Amino acid sequence: MTQLISLLTSAIVFGTVILYGAVGEIITEKSGNLNLGVPGIMFLGGIAGLAAAFFYELHAAEPIGFVGLIVSFIAAVAASALGGLIYAFLTISLRANQNVTGLTLTIFGAGLANLFGGSLNALAGGVGQISVATTSRAYRAYIPSLAGLGRVGQLFFSFGFMAYLAIVLALAANWFLNRSRVGLNLRAVGEDPATADAAGINVTRYKYLATCVGAGISGLGGLYYAMDYIKGTWSTDGTIEALGWLAVALVIFATWKPARAIWSAYLFGVLYWAYNYITGLSRASIELFKMLPYVVTIIVLVAVSMRRSRESQPPKSLGLSYFREER
Amino acid sequence: MTKHEPFIHIARRDGLAWWRAWLIRLAAAVLALLVSALFIYSLTKLNPVKVYAAMWEGAFGTPRRAWITARDASILLCIGVGLAPAFMMRFWNVGAEGQVLMGGCATAAVLIYCGRSLPTAALLGIGLVVSLAAGALWGVVPALFKAKWNTNETLFTLMMNYIAIQLTCFLVAKWENPKGSNSVGIINQQTQAGWFPAIAGKQYLLNVIIVLAVAVGMYLYLKYTKQGYEISVVGESENTARYAGISVRRVLIRTMAISGAVCGLSGFIAVAGASHTISTSTAGGRGFTAIIVAWMAKFNTFVMILIALLLVFLEKGAIQIASQFHLNDYASNVVEGIILFFLLGSEFFIQYTVRFRSHKNKKEVAPS
Repeated sequence: MTQLISLLTSAIVFGTVILYGAVGEIITEKSGNLNLGVPGIMFLGGIAGLAAAFFYELHAAEPIGFVGLIVSFIAAVAASALGGLIYAFLTISLRANQNVTGLTLTIFGAGLANLFGGSLNALAGGVGQISVATTSRAYRAYIPSLAGLGRVGQLFFSFGFMAYLAIVLALAANWFLNRSRVGLNLRAVGEDPATADAAGINVTRYKYLATCVGAGISGLGGLYYAMDYIKGTWSTDGTIEALGWLAVALVIFATWKPARAIWSAYLFGVLYWAYNYITGLSRASIELFKMLPYVVTIIVLVAVSMRRSRESQPPKSLGLSYFREER
Repeated sequence: MTKHEPFIHIARRDGLAWWRAWLIRLAAAVLALLVSALFIYSLTKLNPVKVYAAMWEGAFGTPRRAWITARDASILLCIGVGLAPAFMMRFWNVGAEGQVLMGGCATAAVLIYCGRSLPTAALLGIGLVVSLAAGALWGVVPALFKAKWNTNETLFTLMMNYIAIQLTCFLVAKWENPKGSNSVGIINQQTQAGWFPAIAGKQYLLNVIIVLAVAVGMYLYLKYTKQGYEISVVGESENTARYAGISVRRVLIRTMAISGAVCGLSGFIAVAGASHTISTSTAGGRGFTAIIVAWMAKFNTFVMILIALLLVFLEKGAIQIASQFHLNDYASNVVEGIILFFLLGSEFFIQYTVRFRSHKNKKEVAPS
């Protein structure tokens, strides 16, 4: 039982990172933009948050965790939205190919983040690894009296605030896409931009906003990873990139539905960490276990295309640029 | 109806003289280098000219460095060449990373299991065949589903990468040498069995020759054969292809088998001809970079040579700057990203003209 609880808690922490990435990407993809730059954007969010907190803690005489939290949160959202803006400008205004632009954004974001993550401390004249302990503690703060409620407390109340924010954002995105007029317009843009254009929807504005807002949300995944998952440090081992692609997989697995992404994210977490709780696995077979999330994603992708049910298809114009003149 | 002319007016160009198109690309590259220089300067306060000189030194400074640059560029080029037919068919094969790894794993398996019992020529022959087969298999699976159920190939091939990566990790753990190192080490280090032989004393000459042969072959295949023509028709319009009696399904599967096989060949070259080991860095993101190479070259294999060289030059150069000026070598990815952003954007100005609303025009329109 204790083992199960600890599996579930680590699955939730893991799932939260990719849930942010996926919710942002769902909003982006609903506008018809297939942004393969999600890993890059998560890198940007992570490093911007970390750098902001780092400079704040460096210059403040007595750093306050809450201030560091606000500063880094804003920096992360701004940097990742900026990454989305680069993508949006190139693909929407300059009509560049979406896949290639997205992959370039991933290379760029990973490079920028690892460059600063690896050498920020040295550039600022410090020694050793970058660390923002005070801010990270604020991110990881929970209510002790609730978390102390035995197993229930551990399972539901032992996380930093961003784990809950992810759920709220996913539910809000779900409402937005299914119930609000703006959200329905956005989906129309993603399905058939020409028709949406004819109906008086400003396709360009919708695509720009969806991509930038989506990127801002995706970037929070990187922030959560840097501040909570690895406790306010940086590692250049490329984990964020793997998580970013997992977020893209999650979008497919959840069939472009933010609410479904919530439990799917935790399921990915369980699949990913399951090997830790099965005794007698060799190191080789652990690697096979880590394949599971991708295998189930392919199965879902194939099943969706076979069933052809209208609710679970990708947005119809996904990956295609829209030129009004070339209808 | 409209009260005024829009501020900017965009129109498709009818076709631009090739030298003007290249002038625009060159301008974009220069602009990108300026922005990168600004970035490097703001970070290190170093003279950017000196930095670029150091980059040149790092990539071509000694014959050995130049050969390593050529070796790496040829592998990148090989992957790009493999992707060209798929992209020409408008099939988004973003699974090169996995196809390369599978080719590499197949080669490594041959070198490890048969290394003692077979001569090098046989090892290379068998390695070539199995790596082609492994790459083709990895490419054909998404194509089959695309042909039968129209499953989204971008997402499918993307996921196949990670299955290949985990499979590689599994094999590395299985083959690790020495035990506990979590790496395969140099395969057949003493006997050099199954390694590419040096030609005229040049260790990597064979790599370059093979890749150039494949590049020329692919150019001819796409441009002058019936199958190449079928690929371009399917890419232009599937309905046209069907009307012309081309079996879209067959072209799809055949082309992806070829595309995957050439990517598998890159894995073969990377293992038997370059690193003589296998790990996830055998592909190391080059499968993704090659997508950009293939796309930017508009499937022209000769332009790919240029772009592949440019990217590898940046990479090697940045590693040099990093060690010389105490940065880490991710700087190369940043510069690479900036240059690619500019080149991607420049394509717009090649395909479209932009006219701003002029004052005079406005006066003429106003009375109506």
